[in-house]
Amino acid sequence: MTTTTQRRSVLLTLGAALVATLASGCKKDEAPTASTEGAKVEKAVAEAPAAAKKVSIQNIGSDTMVNLAQAWAEQYAKVVPGVSVEVSGGGSGVGIAALINGTADIANASRKMEPEETAKAKQSTGKEPTEFTVGFDGLAVYVNKANPLEQISIEELGEIYREGGKFDTWSDVGVKSIPGAKDSKIIRVSRQNNSGTYAYFRETVVGKKADYKSGSLDMNGSKDVVDLVARTPGAIGYSGLGYATPEVKILKVSAKKGDPGVMPSIPTVLDKSYPIARPLFMYTPGAPTAEVKKYLDWIMSDAGQKIVEQTGYVPLPKK
Amino acid sequence: MGDPAARAGPLARAPRQKRRRWEIVVERAVEVLVRLCGLSAILFVFGIFFFVFREGAPFLFGDLSLKQFFFSTEWYPTSEVNPRYGVLALIAGTFSVTTLAMLIAVPFGIGAAVFVSEFSGKRQKECLKVLIELLAAIPSVVWGFIGVSIMNPLIQKWFDVPIGLNMLNGALLLALMSVPIMVSIGEDALKAVPDSFREAALALGATRWQMIYRVLLPAAKNGLLAAALLGVGRAVGETMAVLMATGHAVNVPHSIFDPVRTLTATIAAELGETSAGSPHYRVLFVIGILLFSLTFVVNLTADLIVKGIRKT
Repeated sequence: MTTTTQRRSVLLTLGAALVATLASGCKKDEAPTASTEGAKVEKAVAEAPAAAKKVSIQNIGSDTMVNLAQAWAEQYAKVVPGVSVEVSGGGSGVGIAALINGTADIANASRKMEPEETAKAKQSTGKEPTEFTVGFDGLAVYVNKANPLEQISIEELGEIYREGGKFDTWSDVGVKSIPGAKDSKIIRVSRQNNSGTYAYFRETVVGKKADYKSGSLDMNGSKDVVDLVARTPGAIGYSGLGYATPEVKILKVSAKKGDPGVMPSIPTVLDKSYPIARPLFMYTPGAPTAEVKKYLDWIMSDAGQKIVEQTGYVPLPKK
Repeated sequence: MGDPAARAGPLARAPRQKRRRWEIVVERAVEVLVRLCGLSAILFVFGIFFFVFREGAPFLFGDLSLKQFFFSTEWYPTSEVNPRYGVLALIAGTFSVTTLAMLIAVPFGIGAAVFVSEFSGKRQKECLKVLIELLAAIPSVVWGFIGVSIMNPLIQKWFDVPIGLNMLNGALLLALMSVPIMVSIGEDALKAVPDSFREAALALGATRWQMIYRVLLPAAKNGLLAAALLGVGRAVGETMAVLMATGHAVNVPHSIFDPVRTLTATIAAELGETSAGSPHYRVLFVIGILLFSLTFVVNLTADLIVKGIRKT
């Protein structure tokens, strides 16, 4: 009796562990958040006596920035043990909405706040949101490793992605054949239509007054785009530079066809020679409180900016 | 539920008039509670419909062109210059994936039910039932993961197609997810056929196979139809697995290897980041109303068909 019960419980535990591994495997963007939250809980338990004066900062927003924000939070917990920064993703829109509702101390955004959003925040919290530029992100254009293409121009990208754009096959951009691809069709990988990355790519590449071509595969996370491109020989996609993996190829991008292409990197983003790069923002409701101010100062210090570089983003220019 | 009045009843039978007042009160209270539990189901359904409708209605009766909504394939809710709200491609996605899933799942589900109920021995039957129930307990996000990381490359390789995240992938997952329901309900339906039917058929010299498809299947068709329709319900409403495995592309499919996007996946992917009250937010709730009406109609027809069969 006992042995069967024990065996059953062992089986159950194994099953649960398997499910947990699978579940965490498929939403890789969230995996670090979950594990660090676990670590935070352990930490909180360990520090139970001192818990009374523990400060927590709610940091919500951009999916592009979630890895970076998480890395900052982890490092900051080591530097200033009394403060815990709780990071969650969801997207720039979610972060700004949380700022408007007053549930976020810091909202991460990979785009500027819209004037209406600022007005709404002012109306509901009574304070004007304060903007901090905390780093830069180069939006890299990814293709499969098998693709012989090395560089692409903004115009060509526009023709590929724009509604009514003329390029549908790889031969249109001069690629004769891709080993492993079944036909010459370009498989466009994009983002869901309310992500900050989607909006930024539309503004700079597709066109301010234009829309995306219908029928692209719209992924729900920055990492999903890179994963799909890695698995699909005929695919092209755009995502943050920080999500690059060895399984995909980053294209050089030129503003005009025929110009030399520029590889996204720290110097090319900072000197603005790489055409698809954007600043990353953090917003606070009104002027930041003392603890939040300390955190933001630390983020903009050398220690904080080093983490920007380590996670694959572009740090602020040195003063 | 702890009903002291009922439990005390048989013990205190002799001095019946001695039933205390509080016992009567408790009995009444429990009766009201049970009635409330029953009514709450109705309340919740109407409540959900009311709230979904309330969020969607201002746009449904306002700026939304129903002609565009139902007959346009252009889904551009966040366009800065020309927002368009056509869901034809999404409806096509939902229907195509569900239909393909049912084409795969119904033969397998009913076949498995027949095997479990008629052919397998006692031990084998128990093993199979436990395993099938286990299949039903796998969360849909795990199915989605299987679709993305295992089926995607397999479909690319076997069918020689450029992308493995497509209608076939989603339909296979949905089929696997709805088979367990079909097997359990179908097996119950077959079990409900009296043994005298089987004995009579065999006594008349029918083979086992003849007995099954000439006697058992017609006798159990009510329950088998219910099993299939429950599978359809599961497939239409499923979100996470199809969001991950169908490729999520707004596209009217021309072949089973085209990526598609379903109504449910669109709501799941986009609702999180829309600002409350915007046309985009409202149109997602209108899609919710559409889904709600769809499942309502499916369930109602299922009910009517099953009732109709019962009468004849």
